[in-house]
Amino acid sequence: MRTAFIQTLLELAQNDPRIVLIVGDLGFGVVTPFMEKLPQQFINAGVAEQNMTGIAAGMALSGKIAFTYSIANFPVLRCLEQIRNDVCYHKANVRIVAIGGGMTYGSLGPSHHATEDIAMMRALPDMLVVCPGDPLEARLATQALIDYQGPAFLRIGRAGEPQVHKSMPEFKLGKAITLRPGRDITLISTGGMLANTVAAAQMLSDAGVEVQVLSMHTVKPLDTAAVLAAARNTLAIFTVEEHSIIGGLGGAVAEVIAESGVYPKLFKRIGLDSTFSSIVGDQSYLLQQYGLSPEGIVNTVEVALEAAKFH
Amino acid sequence: MLDYSEMQALARRVRRHSVQMIHQAKASHLGSSLSAVELLVALYGGVLRVDPHWPLWPERDRFILSKGHACAAYYAVLAEVGFFSLDWLDTFYQNGSRLAGHVTKGIPGVEISAGSLGHGLSIATGMALAAKRDQAVYRVFCMLSDGECDEGSTWEPILFAPHHQLDNLVAIVDYNKIQALGHTREVLNLEPFAAKWQAFGWAVREVDGHNLAEIVTALSEIPYQEGKPSCVIAHTVKGQGISFMEDRLLWHYRSPQGDEYTAAMTELEAEP
Repeated sequence: MRTAFIQTLLELAQNDPRIVLIVGDLGFGVVTPFMEKLPQQFINAGVAEQNMTGIAAGMALSGKIAFTYSIANFPVLRCLEQIRNDVCYHKANVRIVAIGGGMTYGSLGPSHHATEDIAMMRALPDMLVVCPGDPLEARLATQALIDYQGPAFLRIGRAGEPQVHKSMPEFKLGKAITLRPGRDITLISTGGMLANTVAAAQMLSDAGVEVQVLSMHTVKPLDTAAVLAAARNTLAIFTVEEHSIIGGLGGAVAEVIAESGVYPKLFKRIGLDSTFSSIVGDQSYLLQQYGLSPEGIVNTVEVALEAAKFH
Repeated sequence: MLDYSEMQALARRVRRHSVQMIHQAKASHLGSSLSAVELLVALYGGVLRVDPHWPLWPERDRFILSKGHACAAYYAVLAEVGFFSLDWLDTFYQNGSRLAGHVTKGIPGVEISAGSLGHGLSIATGMALAAKRDQAVYRVFCMLSDGECDEGSTWEPILFAPHHQLDNLVAIVDYNKIQALGHTREVLNLEPFAAKWQAFGWAVREVDGHNLAEIVTALSEIPYQEGKPSCVIAHTVKGQGISFMEDRLLWHYRSPQGDEYTAAMTELEAEP
């Protein structure tokens, strides 16, 4: 996803001088082609995320489309008030790009795990929250952010995730993509959990459960129509995110369902249960430990279905 | 550009508006407004290239009031030079008003909202950088309080701007030497203050922040050095212009009522 993002941005920026990329002294080897090809549209703000964000706001208020770029929590939490006051309150065309969403930087430890960022960004007025599920979605999301007016948060994973979509999907901000239809249950995924969610759906399907999978690449504004259709048409909804179950995709879907009056028979959020990772390991190891591997997702779904006794 | 006697008259009116607004609103931050009056008057009386009839003129100089709590004086100056009607000043703090207690966007002449300290200089730096990259002619002026120079986020753009040779950027510090809980030298000493800015790569001038001629001269000669951002450290007095408010921490907070209000307005009336 990281590669898809930066390649797409470079292609777009070559034809659009409004685009500037402001990095927080991170992206070695990644942002280098952009820096070399478009030095007039590139800024390294140094290790100073508050200033990076304030500068982006100032440039956006001067006609630029400013992308800030760093990893995990650095471009988000370190400068949260700048994002709120300087970017969101002014409806500035700043795009906050966080590489390493979730536990991408597994062994680097919890300082480098972005596991509450969606909740915080989602709470901010006027903020668009986009978490693409695979490299194709990352490319399409980056393109879509150029014409979008207002602040946006783009949460992407690492380099080298599998391409989940078989072909270029139809992508619209705020509109979920259905990866497979299914009448029994719905798995709604956001961000890099898409591959594991699709794998889990296949395993469940092999065991006789018909699973619909939605890629909810835009967490805010949420595709409420897709959520309510899933609540109407399937027995159960599970949300899957590499994030705390508080305030992220699961929280957003729960809010919609709770207020709609359209209740599925079963609803469960799959993610981190308001915890820091207390163990050391790479991303796939940690995902396995915290129930976010395909097997972990299947297990949670099966236990919940068993408990609900309608399977 | 106004002449100095016109500027002095404007400064007097702005002080009266500020006292009146804060009295009427039962608000605070009068001392912080009064220390900035001559700086604001010099800027809007002649230094800034702005057009009150075309607030969003693309080539206008940008002014950012990072010390957003000094907005009474700022609103008064904007109204006096014609960005909006003087009647608006009566609505300061009122329900349904456009004039909040910290400078807020959406008011003609106001570039950005402020209120949380340590934000403005980064935004101003971004605007100055955009101007450089676009080869635009406008300059960016940012007024900071001394208290907000405690913020680490203030020192990030102080480090950044000289590196990027932003000589179209001017930081003006209203150095009234009193912050929210005491004198700056007691709370968190900024000295040697000018030397710090210089060491970070700024071209610095120090002025008497209540001497209009000194301020206008200093702000008219920027950049002081090609390739360097300019810093004007304006030595000011909190509560300047009203004898019993001058250099008193109390007037960061207190709203003049009753006899205090009358005495303040009488002093401002009596001035030449």
